[in-house]
Amino acid sequence: DIDDVGHKYYLELELEDVLDKDRTVSCTAEVLYHLGSKTSAPDVQLTVQGELRSTEEADKEFYNRIRSLEKELVAENIPDSHGNVPPELEPIHLLAWVASGYVIWQNSTENTKFHLAQVKHVKQVKRNDEDLQFDFVLLLHEMVSQEVLPWEVTLLWHPQRGARVPQS
Amino acid sequence: ANMKLILILSALIGASLCLETFVGHQVLRVKTKNEEEVKQLQLLESLEHLELDFWINPSAPALPVDVRIPAGSVQSVKAFLESQGIEYSILIEDLQDVLDKERQDMAESAQRQRSTGSFDFSAYHTLDDINAELDHLASEYSFVEKIQIGESYEKRPLYVLKFSTGGSNRPAIWLDAGIHSREWVTQASALWIANKIASDYGTDESITSLLDKMDLFLLPVANPDGFVYTHTSNRMWRKTRSKIPGSICVGVDPNRNWDAGFGGPGASNRPCSDSYHGPSANSEVEVKSVVDFIKNHGNFKAFLTLHSYSQLLMYPYGYKCTRPDDYAELESLGRAAANSIRSLYGTTFQVGTICNTIYQASGGSIDWSYDNGIKYSFAFELRDTGRYGFLLPANQIIPAAQETWLGLKKIMEHVRN
Repeated sequence: DIDDVGHKYYLELELEDVLDKDRTVSCTAEVLYHLGSKTSAPDVQLTVQGELRSTEEADKEFYNRIRSLEKELVAENIPDSHGNVPPELEPIHLLAWVASGYVIWQNSTENTKFHLAQVKHVKQVKRNDEDLQFDFVLLLHEMVSQEVLPWEVTLLWHPQRGARVPQS
Repeated sequence: ANMKLILILSALIGASLCLETFVGHQVLRVKTKNEEEVKQLQLLESLEHLELDFWINPSAPALPVDVRIPAGSVQSVKAFLESQGIEYSILIEDLQDVLDKERQDMAESAQRQRSTGSFDFSAYHTLDDINAELDHLASEYSFVEKIQIGESYEKRPLYVLKFSTGGSNRPAIWLDAGIHSREWVTQASALWIANKIASDYGTDESITSLLDKMDLFLLPVANPDGFVYTHTSNRMWRKTRSKIPGSICVGVDPNRNWDAGFGGPGASNRPCSDSYHGPSANSEVEVKSVVDFIKNHGNFKAFLTLHSYSQLLMYPYGYKCTRPDDYAELESLGRAAANSIRSLYGTTFQVGTICNTIYQASGGSIDWSYDNGIKYSFAFELRDTGRYGFLLPANQIIPAAQETWLGLKKIMEHVRN
């Protein structure tokens, strides 16, 4: 408890790569939830100890594939009702996770627990610069209230520059 | 020749069941641009004489609104949308055509399944398929009986499988699944478990000695209206489908509706909430039917219920954050069951009271059963921990069912002894 500021949590975490189950990486984090503030996201500081797996090849291949599409990619319901994700949409699913991370961070309090329930809709938007842009409608499941609510979020991604959510 | 037979058969079945016709009905997808347009659609929704059937209700501008319009109202609805500048597209030109094709497909599939003779436990099924499998189990095993304990809000039968090798009103175990309809791995697991118990009686020592002393009652689809809705309209639907007086929202959270701390913390009094407790305890017929059945039976020793997701094994209480009197025994039995679960695929379940493990939640089923003298009351939250959540891939159904069964067995063995 930090008087007049909020609650700070010190965390030791172990990250597991879902695509490479034997690989774990340790990290530490500090999370500060601001007092009484309903509109302010928690402050997060993260340190990763160790190295994350390189995905350069797969990133480049995905990037080139999307850039060379004639029509902008559009997809719905990832996974579908039965939990299936078509292999060519798996990278989109993973980018949706990144986007959901941003939304969850922006909307979390000490009394919420969010998970990405489903990618309801995704639309690629072609850009003049080198970034890929995906406009998502994500369904987030909040554990305490049990609500499943839609969130719109745009994600930009580039193989070297990584992912970011543009501030509109 | 076979094709023609199927077509004739399905037409006859359709005619004999006096199915509603959807000739000329169109399904439109409406793309709202702002809150104002959402409100316009909600206004449209309230005009009952149009008999509109919203497959996705207007709620937020970001989500499309899908609506089925009877033939007679199609022109006037389109005129209204156009006059308001609201964008729409035609999803289905003529619903009857789609339904005819679907019926044909299903008849063909049913014929295929009948010829191979087995139910695919590693796939998700419709309510009709599940009910057919319940009939199949009851007909194949003399000690398995399908009974109806009531009807849902929309008048669907609530079917329970009774496993009994004899005696009269033996001490019994209750197991239900699917009270929250979007938790599909639970109904699917319940089917696998039913088949496992039925087929292993006589050969598996544990199941045999269990059923020789006790009866088992299994309700695989505790919320059939919600379950059908997850297939036809909204995969994420949780609640019942009861109409709530004075609200445009539908449905009550059936696991906040039991008479245990009803209306207390951890349940919402807002009808549009996914954890709405309902107007009063047992207001939901799906809940009342189970309550009445268990009370009338009078000899239940265990009450077990399946949910997903999170991988948790919990015992009372949820409505209050104090320990039950039998805390020590329930905690230890819970741990033993979780160990059994982990022994198969390494899946870890956390054990504890509902309040400590997940959140404070009033009106829950195992709190009711415990406070009504059924000591061994446990709630399971099955796979996974959030990666797929409710949309657990079908290839995980059987592993989930297998490991869950080990945990249930551990508890049942303890009850038997």
